[in-house]
Amino acid sequence: MKKNRLLMVVTALVYVFLIGPLLVIAAASFSETKALKFPGEGFTLDWYKQVLTMSSFIEAAKLSVIIAIAATAIALLLGLPAAYALNRYRFRGKEAIKTLFLSPVLIPVIVLGFIMLRYVVSAYDLEVIPSLLIGHTLLSIPYVMRVVTSSLANFDFAIEEAAGSLGATRVYTFFNVVLPNIKSGIASACIMSVINSFNNVSLSAFLTGPGVNMLPIEIMSYVEYHFDPTIAALATLLMVATLGVMLLIEKTLGLQSVV
Amino acid sequence: MNRKKNFVWPLLVLPGVLFVTVFMLIPLFSLCLTSFFPDQTFSLSSYFSLFKDQYFQQTFVRSIRLSLLSTFMCALLGFPSAYYISKYSRHKGMMMAFAVFPMFTSPVVRSFSWMVILGKRGIVNNFLVWSGLFAKPQDLLYNEFSMTVGFVQLFLPQMILALIGVMDNIPDDLTLAAGNLGATRIGSFIHVIFPLSISGLVTGSVLVFTGCMTAYTTPQLLGGTDTRVLATMVYQYAMSLRDWTQASVVAVVMIVCTMAISSIFNSMSRKINPMA
Repeated sequence: MKKNRLLMVVTALVYVFLIGPLLVIAAASFSETKALKFPGEGFTLDWYKQVLTMSSFIEAAKLSVIIAIAATAIALLLGLPAAYALNRYRFRGKEAIKTLFLSPVLIPVIVLGFIMLRYVVSAYDLEVIPSLLIGHTLLSIPYVMRVVTSSLANFDFAIEEAAGSLGATRVYTFFNVVLPNIKSGIASACIMSVINSFNNVSLSAFLTGPGVNMLPIEIMSYVEYHFDPTIAALATLLMVATLGVMLLIEKTLGLQSVV
Repeated sequence: MNRKKNFVWPLLVLPGVLFVTVFMLIPLFSLCLTSFFPDQTFSLSSYFSLFKDQYFQQTFVRSIRLSLLSTFMCALLGFPSAYYISKYSRHKGMMMAFAVFPMFTSPVVRSFSWMVILGKRGIVNNFLVWSGLFAKPQDLLYNEFSMTVGFVQLFLPQMILALIGVMDNIPDDLTLAAGNLGATRIGSFIHVIFPLSISGLVTGSVLVFTGCMTAYTTPQLLGGTDTRVLATMVYQYAMSLRDWTQASVVAVVMIVCTMAISSIFNSMSRKINPMA
């Protein structure tokens, strides 16, 4: 195909706009100056050392990872059997049930946070951790449902019947025939769900309590009062982690399968 | 399928159905009920008083205006980039990965990056002063400008990916055929590529618009106290002012708005799209 210079320049500028700000933070995180600025002066890794000693960030990061993984696991336990039933059996109200499972994505997350706080957390007097777990599971269910349903749609249930006629039990067939066939779908659903949950702000903002904080909320409250390179260092670490996850996806599933 | 085994499916869907019902559906109904039945009887009084409130009016209009502006900007920037990536780029996989990377990066980090760039001593202000365009640094932060910049950067990847999705399905033969029939490159773009990309444009626009209407992090970090939007207003009423009645009414308005706008966009696309 012929080259189109104008399009190329526009695209390059758009990508500078998308990626540039992230590179600016990364560059600023090495600056020796106390105030965060770009371009910075000198080169130091002190801000990285400092961020790794700040227990508030470390604790928040741990909690964020644990909640993201646990919520995804619960969403999988609830969603996988349902997705299987929706694809495998014929029954009335199927569409309604499917819509119900996808509905958390239709409600603005900030509203979800508010109604969780008002009608679940306050009503049942829940602790912070269970509330976060329930809220994040709600966020993850649509991800799991959407991806697993579409991988099951490509699965030929005749294979399952074949296993059955060869004497395998239903449960054995599910774990040894169905599951291995949809595992890449499940993996990409889990990765998307963990990333989404880890980055979530709107829901956690309503559900975190004193002394218990999720990483994005901790960062937000920090930057309201401080403007120093520690937060740039932390942001850079997060970006490196994101890149790592992306490379992992590309090597195992291919990026195309998750977006 | 086998009738005898029909008792299995309720057991498989029940846990999930119960979970979503108890923790989301019932709270959602309670939210609507309490806002429509403030004193046990049906009344729209909370909504009337909300819409008469000048602070709410400004916030509401600002939310819609910023979301529309950001959607328009995303379409304007996303369309040429998606077209280039889909039809010309030799490094398509890498370009897609670079669009996905910011999407996977925390919105807190992305909004924060604009605080560094647009701040009083940020690179943009340094340039404005150095170039002599302005004598002293401008207020580029905590206003509608910085919010729009943040929104566009936040949601542009979604627009680009939605557009690439449809553009990849347009056969190159079509533009070649248009060229053979005498169409200029711009002509074939307007008459062939654009009409066939509209469904992607609409999908992208719905994502960007509803994203902007409901985003909390970006307006919280890049907006000021006098540039609140609906999402920050819900949070302010619920958490700072502890006025749950008012927060509920704003929350219902948000749900209705996002759903209404997406269905309008979708029905529009069905009318315009020649393939449908």
